[in-house]
Amino acid sequence: MNSAITTENLTKQFGDFTAVDRISFEVAKGEIFGFLGANGAGKTTAMRMLCGLLSPTSGKGTVAGFDIYKQSDNIKRNIGYMSQKFSLYEDLSVAENMRLFGGIYGMNSKAIASKTDESLRELELTNDRNTRVKSLPSGIKQKVSFAVSIFHTPEIVFLDEPTGGVDPIARRKFWEMIYHAAEKGITVFVTTHYMDEAEYCNRVSIMVDGKIDALDSPEKLKNTFMASSMDEVFQSLARKAKNS
Amino acid sequence: MKQLKYLLQKEFLQIRRDKTIFKMIIALPVIQLLILPWAATFEQHNISLGVVNNDRGTYSRRLIEKVVSSGYFKLTGYFTSYEQALKAIETDEADLLLEIPGHFEDNFVRQQQTDVMLSVNAVNGQKAGLGASYLGQIIADFNRDVILQQGIQLDLVNLINVMPYFKYNTEMNYRNFMVPGILVMLLTLIGLVLSSMNIVKEKEIGTIEQINVTPVSKFTFILAKLIPFIIIGLVLLTIGLFIARLVYGIFPVGNILLIYLFALFYLSAFLGAGLVISTYSNTQQQAMFVAVFFMIIFLLLSGLFTPVSSMPEWAQTITIFNPIRYFVEVIRLIFMKGSRLMDILPQLGAIIGFALFFNTWAIMNYKKTS
Amino acid sequence: MKRFSSFIKKEFLHIFRDIRTMMMLLAMPVILLILFGFAIRTEIMNTPFAVLDESKSASSRQIIERMSGSRYFDLQKNPDNFNEIEKSFRKGEIKLAVIIPEDFSDDLYRTGTGNIQLSADASDPNEASIVTSYVQQILMRHQQSLMKEDKIPYTIRTEVKMLYNPQLVSAYNFVPGIMGLVLMLICAMVTSISIVREKEQGTMEILLVSPVKPVFIVLSKAIPYLLIAFLDVVLILLISNNILHVPIAGNIFLILFLSTLFILSALSLGMLISSVTKTQQAAMLMSGAGLMLPTILLSGLIFPVENMPVLLQLISNIIPAKWFITAIKDVMIKGLGFFSIWQELSILLGMTFFLLVVSIKQFKNRL
Repeated sequence: MNSAITTENLTKQFGDFTAVDRISFEVAKGEIFGFLGANGAGKTTAMRMLCGLLSPTSGKGTVAGFDIYKQSDNIKRNIGYMSQKFSLYEDLSVAENMRLFGGIYGMNSKAIASKTDESLRELELTNDRNTRVKSLPSGIKQKVSFAVSIFHTPEIVFLDEPTGGVDPIARRKFWEMIYHAAEKGITVFVTTHYMDEAEYCNRVSIMVDGKIDALDSPEKLKNTFMASSMDEVFQSLARKAKNS
Repeated sequence: MKQLKYLLQKEFLQIRRDKTIFKMIIALPVIQLLILPWAATFEQHNISLGVVNNDRGTYSRRLIEKVVSSGYFKLTGYFTSYEQALKAIETDEADLLLEIPGHFEDNFVRQQQTDVMLSVNAVNGQKAGLGASYLGQIIADFNRDVILQQGIQLDLVNLINVMPYFKYNTEMNYRNFMVPGILVMLLTLIGLVLSSMNIVKEKEIGTIEQINVTPVSKFTFILAKLIPFIIIGLVLLTIGLFIARLVYGIFPVGNILLIYLFALFYLSAFLGAGLVISTYSNTQQQAMFVAVFFMIIFLLLSGLFTPVSSMPEWAQTITIFNPIRYFVEVIRLIFMKGSRLMDILPQLGAIIGFALFFNTWAIMNYKKTS
Repeated sequence: MKRFSSFIKKEFLHIFRDIRTMMMLLAMPVILLILFGFAIRTEIMNTPFAVLDESKSASSRQIIERMSGSRYFDLQKNPDNFNEIEKSFRKGEIKLAVIIPEDFSDDLYRTGTGNIQLSADASDPNEASIVTSYVQQILMRHQQSLMKEDKIPYTIRTEVKMLYNPQLVSAYNFVPGIMGLVLMLICAMVTSISIVREKEQGTMEILLVSPVKPVFIVLSKAIPYLLIAFLDVVLILLISNNILHVPIAGNIFLILFLSTLFILSALSLGMLISSVTKTQQAAMLMSGAGLMLPTILLSGLIFPVENMPVLLQLISNIIPAKWFITAIKDVMIKGLGFFSIWQELSILLGMTFFLLVVSIKQFKNRL
């Protein structure tokens, strides 16, 4: 079993509206997989189904080798998640948040302590160990949030628009953290609507109106669509969708 | 279960961090327990009385003296006419108006039968009835006094003499009764506010999502919410018991541990109910309205202020499903009568049932998946 | 002004979208009226009692029959000994035990006096004294029926006239109280929370950077609740008049004017709370425990204010609900006019003005 994630005709309907329409794809272990699309294309819905936050209407799917219908508890044990909405406990300190989530994922106190030191060093936040999250600037908050989501070294981490509202320099730094996590063998599943970020991914899928319109490495996609940037790829896909 | 430890740490940290809430949790019940028991009393004395005396005789003066010295009434003043006195009732200066007609003494002595008129401000019907009956009793007493003074031997055969004995509260102190009850009310209020707004607060902020993607079981999550509030509740109970002892000199006749045992299940029951409300609500505002709504109804139907046994049948049936009722009942039983575990088993059983019911409901309704 | 009205529109949308809350705001007064009107009685009735009849005579049986036949008493148990009585008391099953001694009947007919022992559960002293006086009344009537001679010399008959409320309907007393409670609840509690909510969620900042003055933003939050509260007043008046048969003796417009003034004072109290608190929970605790309970207890809704210690009576003066309830009783039940309540009106007016000024000042300082 070499796939971190597989889906087959995965569908989610809300009443008459089909948010996710029979999507099928595979993500290999250790890959950085970009999940692209405009706002409202169904990215977040698809991701929430994979994380076990939402039950699918039909189709199949596995995450970390577990079935998304029946084994969502097993899935949850093996993934990390960073939501679009910033969701650390603001009234707790950086270290307290790490301790909480480490504990929830069953790490013992010793492991939590050493991992906290390590994470703070990587974040360059050793001095802010006891700072309440609410008093950190938003760029730093996002980095902490990511660090917390991979604190328990999950097999796969799901990042939902992790760089939303962050300036370009901070975004670059954030992607360095993502690479660093991938080097450690964590599969990264990331949604974004910044097309330049797509270039950083190993492979990307582009979602339009609930369907996956394209899926390949950024290089190959640019070749296929004869485009110079991912942004152009996306533009031509969007035009096609409008015409049909 | 190891997860529980970390979740609990988090809950306690959050409670401690929120200074305003923390202060209020402690200060509000203390202040209220110091003030409210003085307010919660049905005792009726100092009913203000206005007098219109058209009679100049000695009997009428003696009657008025007897009424005033009874302790139930406070003389507001003498009025020259009924119309003038009525003004005093309109402005709430007088509750009761005793009017003695000009022929009072004349009729009393000659015909041995006379009359007085009593006008009562009856907006508050209960008070009016009570005032009138006090005055009626005093007048009857006065009657008997006169008869005895006149040396008339009444042939009252078959006199049934009632010898009342006031058990458990011989000095008839109303605060002995209200303090334990108010303690229950404050515990309930604070607990319900905290618990009903808790989960929905995490929903509003969005942190709940982060918890939902973790393998934490629903059971552990709810338990982690419940335990800190139970502890807060027991601490508050302890503070309340101290105040009862130090300020009001009231101490449970029965076993104090029994109160704690019952409180433990009671707290779990209504905190569970609060969490149920929280899982159904989308905003804190909504949760709070629902909580306050039910709390007012349940408090009024708990027997705290008015006895359950005096309610109509259908309302008494409703109180069977009211957890507050059981604790109010039990805390008074233990405090005043020294009831033992065996005596309160039915109530204990009911409250354990509530605790299981509400918490199972909260766990079932807390959805990790939408 | 146009911007102001668009703010008010936004607030209305918030309220109407949240149907659960809306229902609650309108159902609250209805349920309270029904509870007080039909379920909660300050009159003591159906008191559960036990009889230990050691006399087992015709006269003791007569007395028991009279008592159990009364609507004030409900015979629960016929215990055999004192231990059983004790147990029933401890379980809370009975509130009164009547003990008729073995020689009761003999004494009654030989010496002319028979003794009956009453053991009342005085945990609730109020209930205990009322219950014993009921027993005394029942026995007195029983005696009178046994007595042949009924002409007693030197009697004073009392002619009692119950003013304003001849039937002694309790609704006359609680309807004004409920009005005070509901309006206080909706205006102070709900308003403070809805303002603090925007603070907590950060949307307040967005509103504040708009060119509208902060005062108007806060006012726009208050106006919809003013209307809902007014609707509740009308609802309460309709129900109490048609279902509880409480007549509206005074001028209806004066009642509505008075209510509006009280609503305004409660709203400004809500604003004050919202300006000194930061979280919804804090606002809730403050208005719930700090306003609701004092309003229930110090407003005379359940417990009479005149008998409280002087200090508390003084404290009760700072509660707007107290003045409102006094005035509304005067107008609604007694049918008095404007000149009888001008004092209450001016106190409420003064309170509203004071609260409004303080809370607006607070807002300027904080935001």
